[in-house]
Amino acid sequence: MIINLQTLSKTREHLTGGHRLCAGCGAAIVARQVLIAAGDKHVVVTSATGCLEVSTTIFPYTAWKDSFIHSAFENAAATCSGLEVAYNQLKEKGKITDDIVFIAFGGDGGTADIGLQALSGAMERGHKILYVCYNNEAYMNTGVQRSGLTPFGARTTTAPVGKIYQGKKEDKKDLTQIMIAHNIPYVAQSYVGNWKDLIQKVQKALEINGPSFINVLTPCRLGWGYPPEDTMDIGRLAVETCVWPAYEVENGNYRINIKPQPKKPVIEFLKKQGRFKHLLKEENKYIIELIQKNVDQKWKFLKKQEWLSLYPL
Amino acid sequence: MIKPISSRGTIVAKTGNEIAAEAMRQIEPDVVAAYPITPATEIVQIFSQFVSDGIVKTKYIAVESEHSAMSATIAASAAGVRAMTGTSSQGLCFMWEMLYIASGLRLPIVMVEVNRAIAAPINIHGDHSDTMGARDSGWIQIYSENVQEVYDNIIQAINIAEKTQLPVLVAMDGFIISHCMEIAEIYNDNAVKLFIGEYKPTRYLLDIKHPYTLGSLDLQDYYFEHRYQVAQAMSHANKTILQIANDFNNIFGHEYHLYEKYKLDDAELGIIIIGSAAGIVKMAINELRSKNLKVGLLKVRVYRPFPREYIIKDLAHIKAIAVLDRVDSCSGAFAPLYSDVVSALYSEGITTPKVINYIYGLGGRDINIEHIKSIYNTLNKILLDKEEQYNKINYINLRK
Repeated sequence: MIINLQTLSKTREHLTGGHRLCAGCGAAIVARQVLIAAGDKHVVVTSATGCLEVSTTIFPYTAWKDSFIHSAFENAAATCSGLEVAYNQLKEKGKITDDIVFIAFGGDGGTADIGLQALSGAMERGHKILYVCYNNEAYMNTGVQRSGLTPFGARTTTAPVGKIYQGKKEDKKDLTQIMIAHNIPYVAQSYVGNWKDLIQKVQKALEINGPSFINVLTPCRLGWGYPPEDTMDIGRLAVETCVWPAYEVENGNYRINIKPQPKKPVIEFLKKQGRFKHLLKEENKYIIELIQKNVDQKWKFLKKQEWLSLYPL
Repeated sequence: MIKPISSRGTIVAKTGNEIAAEAMRQIEPDVVAAYPITPATEIVQIFSQFVSDGIVKTKYIAVESEHSAMSATIAASAAGVRAMTGTSSQGLCFMWEMLYIASGLRLPIVMVEVNRAIAAPINIHGDHSDTMGARDSGWIQIYSENVQEVYDNIIQAINIAEKTQLPVLVAMDGFIISHCMEIAEIYNDNAVKLFIGEYKPTRYLLDIKHPYTLGSLDLQDYYFEHRYQVAQAMSHANKTILQIANDFNNIFGHEYHLYEKYKLDDAELGIIIIGSAAGIVKMAINELRSKNLKVGLLKVRVYRPFPREYIIKDLAHIKAIAVLDRVDSCSGAFAPLYSDVVSALYSEGITTPKVINYIYGLGGRDINIEHIKSIYNTLNKILLDKEEQYNKINYINLRK
């Protein structure tokens, strides 16, 4: 599939401007690029409750040019599966002739905490849906509370920095690996700051006959604490430091899409963000060391998986 | 207008669950999403066998929870198909959030609900705690006394939901109806299919030529109006329900109203009840009537919308009424049905009947004919008691 900006610029916009998301919001970029990737396909969009949904659908307005449904916080995957089954039925009965693709959006909380059960169920049942997690690593819509995907050491309003604790005490759960363990045909990690990577992955996912899942690291200027114009840079730094490897697993085969040369130290990513500011203090240096160690380990694991995919035992 | 056709059916022996599955087979919804829970499990077990055997063309989604069952049913309905589900007790509790969303989005979903107690303590037997908790969720609630009513109510529910644009819950008492075999009449498949007609949604998400956004965020400027519309639809629904009952009677010869009166018109003492226990009340009435006691029954079939303006006309002449709730409210005041009956009467200035509340049958506790007779006996005493020294809230067959 050839993707260039010239072609993409002529693609129909599915998400219009004028919505109420923040300047520099990563979620808006994710939604727009994912739908641009769908191109001329007919799409029906589902969204979990969250920033993306509340800011784009304030009645009587909507930013969505496709049919869109939101019903609750934890059920985007179940909702999307209901649509897909209804579609299959109408298609079989000949009441619908057009092809429609189904895309669900959810934040990290709606996807991996409260929505994990619905997501797991939908993936296991094998619906042909694409689930995109716009992962900004905390409950941003309610005001930056820690989620299961908030990284170790990050400051949130429910994992604050205090006299005893220095932000989140626990490591984040690895949502992408959880999805890989579901043995679905396509799982990927992408990020804001590389339209080509995200669009390619979405297009690949939409061609797959079965469930697909993309976990997109989505910087949040408000929750992460940086100027709005830095969204793209921060996303890229996450990949360049291997804090957030861009990789995909297609039918069980790993491929790391971006191998940073050189691999930057994690501090390059951390120091730009208010949520990690406290880690720069002399007495918290050990936390950065732990983060680095963890990132190195996971990077090694991924490279090993990729090696095993290329050269099976 | 549906023309009456010769469709008098077949006599069968079925349990409540079996007949619910049979009704669903005839309705053949496009999508069913459900999760197993005692005592409702059998319905979807039997139904999924129909799917597996190709007897129905329904798509069955074996979801991972009741929350997802209702979520997927909502989505399927919004997508533009006829969608059904079923559950019980804790399952309904787990759906609670989604119940309000189904009605708020005005989706004509039909759910078969097998009434069961709610935990704690965990108990699998029949009482109305589950559906009573959902009484203000914007779902039409129709209760059944026996297997026949379960079947008839489910069929009518399809038309009611689609005409009112409100979700409908058809309830039956756990085990007492769901697992007890009774004689019932089922109609022929074509007659049922003709009665419910083909589903034609006015607006649906998969109509890609007319995309729209469903489930918007309403702020202070619209939310109130949208919820008002749900409440209005509910308050207008009784007329539709009666119309559909009339059509149903014309075709199938089974008569339904919002509630059933049993020897009530000349009664001085009345019992108001919901569900399967109405049967023993009728038996008690027959016995007491033979002793010239003027006793009667009002069995509520449609509990939501509450048939307020209808019920008062039939209760105004009763001197003493016992309202029997198979649920306790833990409100420190009265149980749900009692509260509805009394506020209906009082709001119309009808204050003559003395009305007392009985809580009965929680967790499947038995209620028998002697209990009912004792209630009429108490009502009789109240009638004669000028001092008005009687308990407003009573518990029957309870060890205190």
